[in-house]
Amino acid sequence: MARELMKGNEAVAEAAVRAGVEAYFGYPITPQTELLEYMSRRMPELGRAFVQAESELGAINMVYGAACTGKRVMSSSSSPGVSLMLEGISYIAGTEIPMVMVDVMRGGPGLGNIAPAQADYNQMVHGGGHGDYRPIVLAPASVQESVDLTVLAFDLADKYRSVAVVLTDGSLGQMMEPCELPPMQPLKTSFPEWSVTGSEGRERRSLSSINLDPSMQEEMNFRLMRRWQEVEANEVRYKEYFMDDAQFVVTGFGSSGRVALTAVRAARAEGIKVGLIRPITVNPFPIKVYAEIVKKVEGILVVEMNAGQMLEDVLAATKYQTPIEFFARMGGIVPFPDEVLNEIHRMVKGPLTTEGHPRDRWLNRTAHKK
Amino acid sequence: MALNESEMETMVYERPEALTNGITHYCPGCTHGTAHRLIAEVIDEMGLRDKTIGVASVGCSVFAYNYFDFDFVQAPHGRAPAMATGVKRVLPDRIVMTYQGDGDLASIGMAEIVHAAARGENISVFFLNNANYGMTGGQMAPTTLPGQKTTSSPNGRDVETQGYPIKVSELLSTLDGASYVVRRSLHDAKNIRLAKKAIRMAFETQVRGLGFSMVELLSICPTNWGMTPLNSLQWLEEKMVPYYPLGDYKVHPAVAEIKI
Amino acid sequence: MQTEIIIAGFGGQGVLFAGQLLAYAGMDEGKNVTWIPSYGPEMRGGTANCTVIVSDEEIGSPLVRNPSAVIAMNRPSLDKYEDQVKPGGVLVVNASIVDRPVNRTDIKVVEVDANGIAEKLGDKRMTNMVLLGALLANLPVLPQAAIEKALKGHLPERHHKLLPKNYEALSEGAKHKAK
Repeated sequence: MARELMKGNEAVAEAAVRAGVEAYFGYPITPQTELLEYMSRRMPELGRAFVQAESELGAINMVYGAACTGKRVMSSSSSPGVSLMLEGISYIAGTEIPMVMVDVMRGGPGLGNIAPAQADYNQMVHGGGHGDYRPIVLAPASVQESVDLTVLAFDLADKYRSVAVVLTDGSLGQMMEPCELPPMQPLKTSFPEWSVTGSEGRERRSLSSINLDPSMQEEMNFRLMRRWQEVEANEVRYKEYFMDDAQFVVTGFGSSGRVALTAVRAARAEGIKVGLIRPITVNPFPIKVYAEIVKKVEGILVVEMNAGQMLEDVLAATKYQTPIEFFARMGGIVPFPDEVLNEIHRMVKGPLTTEGHPRDRWLNRTAHKK
Repeated sequence: MALNESEMETMVYERPEALTNGITHYCPGCTHGTAHRLIAEVIDEMGLRDKTIGVASVGCSVFAYNYFDFDFVQAPHGRAPAMATGVKRVLPDRIVMTYQGDGDLASIGMAEIVHAAARGENISVFFLNNANYGMTGGQMAPTTLPGQKTTSSPNGRDVETQGYPIKVSELLSTLDGASYVVRRSLHDAKNIRLAKKAIRMAFETQVRGLGFSMVELLSICPTNWGMTPLNSLQWLEEKMVPYYPLGDYKVHPAVAEIKI
Repeated sequence: MQTEIIIAGFGGQGVLFAGQLLAYAGMDEGKNVTWIPSYGPEMRGGTANCTVIVSDEEIGSPLVRNPSAVIAMNRPSLDKYEDQVKPGGVLVVNASIVDRPVNRTDIKVVEVDANGIAEKLGDKRMTNMVLLGALLANLPVLPQAAIEKALKGHLPERHHKLLPKNYEALSEGAKHKAK
């Protein structure tokens, strides 16, 4: 199939269209707006639903309503907008219905800025909305992966009656790369046994996230967590580079991961035996992969565009058994590969330790920065 | 024992099919029951039961889906019009209605109701205005009358510090997207009949694809008002109706032509 | 083999389009490419820019500190990027509006009266094509024919009457070789 040069945001939109999304509801916010704009043209062209809502609250609840019908639906936003949507995302999780959410992350907290960042990791992976729920979170590092993971997000959302998040950032959203788009999937013609579509020819149904009886609520909580165990068992995805003989490992997700790849290649060219692990599912997190490498490597460098949010998951997965170092740029700054290469040099040179917290060491090293 | 002809029962009043057989959790005397029944009767009369999807809100009517015998979803506080938009946009041939109270619709959900009306969403909204937050125990609502005592305006609503009530029907009637916006009351038999007619018109508007319809129903809350149901009905008539005049606030010419 | 090119100038000079053409041409030649526009804080300082990477292998970072080549379409771009070009790299300067000489001596410098050439060809908007032609003549990343093919393939049909002039602009630019 022919490759097309596409902007990440537009590629995600077209991938969703081809995955059979029947309704898109959104609200403008930089740097995801191209996605909304693309949908405003594409969805009506195909006779599918598009609404620019009055707010992110409106948008996510339109998604909620449409998702109750069992059809494939989605929204997209960027960090502050996603914060607003979390109420609805919690309700959707509590109603156990599928939806796909795209978060094109930008600098924060607060209004922050419109430049690329990865500081919504905790918001997406570790909660955000109230109550116990676990969204599936996929972190692409290229336009092609953005396409592939958007399609996968719809499949996983349906399979596990779950919220599935595609976690990208301003840089991935704005950049153009060649990609192969999937074929156009036919729209769903049969709907799950829970979908609310009008009661013609069957018993009436209702969907709600309310469980006033705590024992019923607990039952639901158990159901969600057992379903999550299935997700953990079946859906972990990651990509490894140069890991066969690696003595050191760099790890990062999304944009950080691909910046790290350039640095790892440069280090390899110098003869340093360093590999790269890039989680593709940041939820479920590839815990076993990290637990395994603990036995093989002398040190791990975690690279992020936040203050060490995934770092905590790496620390938990490795149980503090291996020396870990941390490096990040924040506030909307994408690290250059040479910055990461410097950190690789530092790690290789040592001394390395499992004492103290990697974030503290990093902050001490950067003490000159106000 | 078989009945002979002279003893044959004549059914004069029965539960509409669109209502379930359950017992509601509403307080004695509450007009939610009346409103439920009117909506259900209209749905039965129009034969819409198996193609209607209701959107319940947060408030006393949070469990409406247990009482109406058709498909239902239940929205976060204030978001019913957005959720209804989502349902209607993907299932345009179904009948979609929301059932909302005044806290839900006129306070936390003000953006959603205004924009659903402005977009001319082809949905029907039933808005129960009882001048306070019922479920949480009678706090001041956006529709609480000036001077009215509630649990969060214990000295009576002071408009200097707590602002003025919002007249939702008047407000929505200014929007070009709204096709049918009327206010009725549930305080006596005559007004209940008029309310039913308006509910019918709202559904007829939607069935014909004529856009957004809303019926505001002035209602009572005896428990939180601290009155008997009868006194409450009287209070509604004497205090609420003058502040919230009954009438048709917006009837699109195409809707005006509907004959029922 | 990986080549990184930054194209920078004022908004409206065709910076982003020139970069996209490079990316299209690279893709059509079967290469890996990335195109990323100036974005966020980078937009400050009077320059709009984009970074294009053309590579034989999977591209890591879409941004580089030290590119193989820079096209500086105005003075602020030269000021910002002159020092960043890799030693031995190429710096193409729009001499029509850049009012200072290039200081670096360890890179190939190509100064082109791009505005003048474009105006002579009949349309100032072809300044970017003149500079792109000059870049390709000094940087073995893609043949000019690939750019011409990309122009034809990705320019909307209604603009196709402009193709010959654009080809000419590329060729005029290509006459400039680094001193």
